[in-house]
Order: sequence, then structure tokens, then C-alpha cells
Amino acid sequence: MRLTTASGRRLVAGIPILWLLVLFLVPFIIVFRISFSEVRLAIPPYTPLLTWRHGSPVLQLHWSAYRFLFTDPLYISSYLYSLKVAAVSTLCCLGLGYPMAYAIARSDAASRPVLLMLIVLPFWTSFLLRVYAWIGLLKNNGVINNVLMYLGVIHHPLALLQTDFAVYIGIVYSYLPFMILPLYANLEKHDGTLLEAAADLGARPLRAFVRVTLPQSFAGIVAGALLVFIPAVGEYVIPTLLGRTDQIMIGRVLSDEFFENRDWPVASAVAIVILLLLVVPIMLFQRLERRELEAAR
Amino acid sequence: MRARGLFTRTALVLGLMFLYLPILSMIVFSFNNSRLVTVWDPAHSPTLKWYVALMSNEQILRAAWLSMRIALISASAAVVLGTLAGMALARLGAFRGRMLLAGMTTAPIVMPEVITGLSLLLLFVAMQQLIGWPKGVGAVTITLAHITFCMAYVTVVVQSRLSGFDEALEEAAMDLGARPLRVFLRITLPLILPAIASGWLLAFTLSWDDLVITQFVAGPGSSTLPMVIFSKVRFGVTPDVNALATIMVLIVATGIAISTVWMRYRQQRRVRDLQLAALANL
Repeated sequence: MRLTTASGRRLVAGIPILWLLVLFLVPFIIVFRISFSEVRLAIPPYTPLLTWRHGSPVLQLHWSAYRFLFTDPLYISSYLYSLKVAAVSTLCCLGLGYPMAYAIARSDAASRPVLLMLIVLPFWTSFLLRVYAWIGLLKNNGVINNVLMYLGVIHHPLALLQTDFAVYIGIVYSYLPFMILPLYANLEKHDGTLLEAAADLGARPLRAFVRVTLPQSFAGIVAGALLVFIPAVGEYVIPTLLGRTDQIMIGRVLSDEFFENRDWPVASAVAIVILLLLVVPIMLFQRLERRELEAAR
Repeated sequence: MRARGLFTRTALVLGLMFLYLPILSMIVFSFNNSRLVTVWDPAHSPTLKWYVALMSNEQILRAAWLSMRIALISASAAVVLGTLAGMALARLGAFRGRMLLAGMTTAPIVMPEVITGLSLLLLFVAMQQLIGWPKGVGAVTITLAHITFCMAYVTVVVQSRLSGFDEALEEAAMDLGARPLRVFLRITLPLILPAIASGWLLAFTLSWDDLVITQFVAGPGSSTLPMVIFSKVRFGVTPDVNALATIMVLIVATGIAISTVWMRYRQQRRVRDLQLAALANL
């Protein structure tokens, strides 16, 4: 539909753009600005960027928040740890999600919607409660330890909660649908005759998979991996409920700086550095998303 | 070939078990009498006492009511804004600000929540200094924040639905002299209604469920349900939360069941209508 009335067009695009400018873009500019301030005891608790001296504005940039981030080992180790946790979880998600998506894409047409529904269904129930459920499973007198001890596999409860393992489980569990759906959307479109051709030419199934299916599903793998990796880097709830207490992730650092230490400039600087780390993955994701939507037209 | 079919199918079954066992265990233990939660007390279970405790918990009920109101308003506003954005992206062709809009609607979906939360709170603080509104943080700022991240999801859903059918129907209506608003109300809106409905449900769920962004923009006295749950479970398992989870799973399952039956019914009716039309043409 080509909207003919120019004012109508302007309204349709203008209202959401205006909303997102004010509530999405401007906030980032504010975060950026405050990251160059210094903390002070006042309302608001940071120094102004512009001060007036003899009637002319003077720009005061403070690098102290960033200097702090790059000298204190706590921050560097939190960043590295977050990247590691996100990367490992994304790989585990891929390892579990790929065969699942493949099985759904190859199942008969009648059962596909049911299977997809089963994948998406947990997503509709509370994320927080699903993470909480793992506390009950993983803790010392939790379900897993009780079952293993009952079966006689172990004699003392394993320390499962508050470990890296628990965080991986939590992230894989919460983000698995985000990995499976783009993979399924990709695998479902594959042409089965290509595999037949490969088989006719003498390729064994595994070789046909590696040479035909895997390269074709690359876009789906990247989309799924980004959908898991990007939010996982800044994940707050899962490591707080399931993770270690001696090593925190960067999302928690940001939150603690803000709420516990009331240091707005450092919290803002932490946010800016996370964004810098994620800007390449986020732009990659947007390009894929756009291409996907344009291909659907 | 067969070996791989077996492997992927096993992975699917194990994966589905992985997805559902934790939810199942919550449901089972919500009927457990023991305070230890995960140690089954066979003598006095099953019991409904945690449900009774839940229903008399003033704090949880108040938080649930607040979350419900916020989610209703946020989802409805997000649907309006997200539909406009989806229409603009799918139907307006090239316009100034297209890239900006496309970027601003996909970014919130992947943006780590702590960053969105922090930036929104700093915005509200700055606005209060500049124009004196909003007055403090609370239900209003939570709702504004929720509308913003929910509309991104609605945009994607509506945009992909609009990309799915071609513009010929709308163009035909235009050629027949219908004005743009009429075309939208009579042609476009009915076609994208399923997308709008699922966008609304998605937005409602996201708003109802959000913890991290909400924690940043909430004030004292405006604790939503996830905030109350989080402060309860942060220091261990509590049995009444299991009961709450069971109720929420039950509501979702009922909703899904109803919508599945409804969709099947509509499908059957459409098939029957088509058959009748074919018969009439004979």
C-alpha cells in the first residue's frame, strides 16, 4: 500500500521514531555523557560536563571512570569471565539445538507445528521462575543429588549450585528456543534433493551433512548464536541465582556499582564498554535480520 | 542416514525432557508438605497448604495486581506503536529515518537488559530535572520502559506478517478509490490481526515477566511480581513460589489449549466454506 497522503505517511513513521528517539537513543547519549563525569555527593550524584566560567562554557571530561575500569583487575576479570560464559553457553546451545532443529525440520508435516509449539511453550512461562526451578534441582539436597544418591551413584552430594556449570545450564535452558527457531527456519527450507544427489554421487551421510547441509545452514547458525551470545554477556538473573559468589559477571558488576556503590559514572562506563564489546555482534545481527525480512517479501 | 535420524531424534527427546523436567518438578513439589521443598514428605503430601498460604500473602497479591495493570497498559500501547513501526518498515518503502527506525526496533531485542534499564533510569532522572516530569520513579516509569522494549517485539511480528502477503489487495482497494485510512481499516488490519494478537500476548508476557529493567526504573512501593519473587528466591527455595509457578503454568497451558482449539475450528470452517463454494460453482 503506498500511502498517498504525505501527512499520513509522516505520522505512521514519525510516531514510533519519536518514541524510540526519546526512550531508546537519548538514554544512551545520557549514559555516554555521565560516563565522563566524576562521582560527587549531590543530586544528581555526578559532576556536570559543562560548567560556565566567565560567561563561556567549559567542557570538563573526566576519564577517571574508564581509568578505574582498566586498572582494577575486578572489572577486567568480570569482562573476560562474562565473555567466556557467553561463548561456552552459546556453543552448548548450538550443540543441543542443532540436532533438535534438524529433527523437527525432518519430521513429517503434521507433527512439526506440535514440536515447534513444545519448543516455544516454556518461553511463555516466567523466565525468572524457570531459572528458579533449577535451584531446586541443583542444590545440595536438591532433586538431582537426591536421585543420584538414591541410585547409589554417589554417596555425598555434589556441589552443583553456585558453579560455572549451573550458569551454563541456566543459560542453555533459558535461551535454547532462541537458538532452535532461526536454525529450524533455515533447515526447513533446505532442498532434500541436494542430499540425494550427494548420496547418488557416493557421499556417506556424515560427509553429505558436512559438505551440503552445514554450509547451507550457516546463516541460521550465526543468527541463533547471536541471539544467545549477546544477551548472555550481560545476563544478570541467571548468574545471580545459580552462579558463583567469588566471580561475578559484568551485568552484576554494573548493577552493583549503581545500586550498592551509587557510583553512576562507573556504572555508565561499564555499560559503554559492554556496548563497545557487543557493537559488532549487534550490527551483524541487525544485518541478518534485515536480510531475512527482505527475503520474505 | 538412519543412524543420523536416530541421533537427532534422541537429541530432540532429550532436549524436550530438559525443557520440561524443571517445570514438572516445580509443579510436583508445590504439593509437597515439607518446608525443605525438594525432600518429599510422603506422610502429609500431597497438600494444598502452599496455595492457601499464597492466596493470603498480601504482598504477593498486591504485586501481582500491579504487574497485571502495568502489563495490560504496556501491551496495548506497545501494540499501537509497534504496528505503526511495522507498517512503516514493511509498506512505506524508502523514507528518511528508515535505517534509524529499523535499527532502533531490532536493537532492544538483543540489548543486555542491565544497559536498557540503566539508560532508561538515567533518562527519567534527567527529564525530571529538566521538565519536572515524571515525578519520581514508580508505576509510570515502569510502564514507559515496558512499552519501549515490548514495541520492538511487536514491530518484528507485524513487519514479518506484512511482508508475508503481497500488496496487491491493498493496491486493488486503492484503485477502487478507497482512502488510505479506509484501506487500512478494511483490508490491512483484518489481515494482520493475528500478528497483532500474538504481538499483544507476547508484549503482555514480556512485561508481566520482566525483572531487570523494572528493578532500575521502579521506586519504593512499586514492587512488581517478579521483583517480589526475586527477593524471595534470591536466598533459597520457598515452597509458595512453587505454587505460584504452578498457577502461572496452568494459566498459560489453558490459554494455549484454547487458542489451538480455536485455530483448528477456524481452519475447519475455512475448509468447509471452500468446499461449499466449490460445490456452488458446479
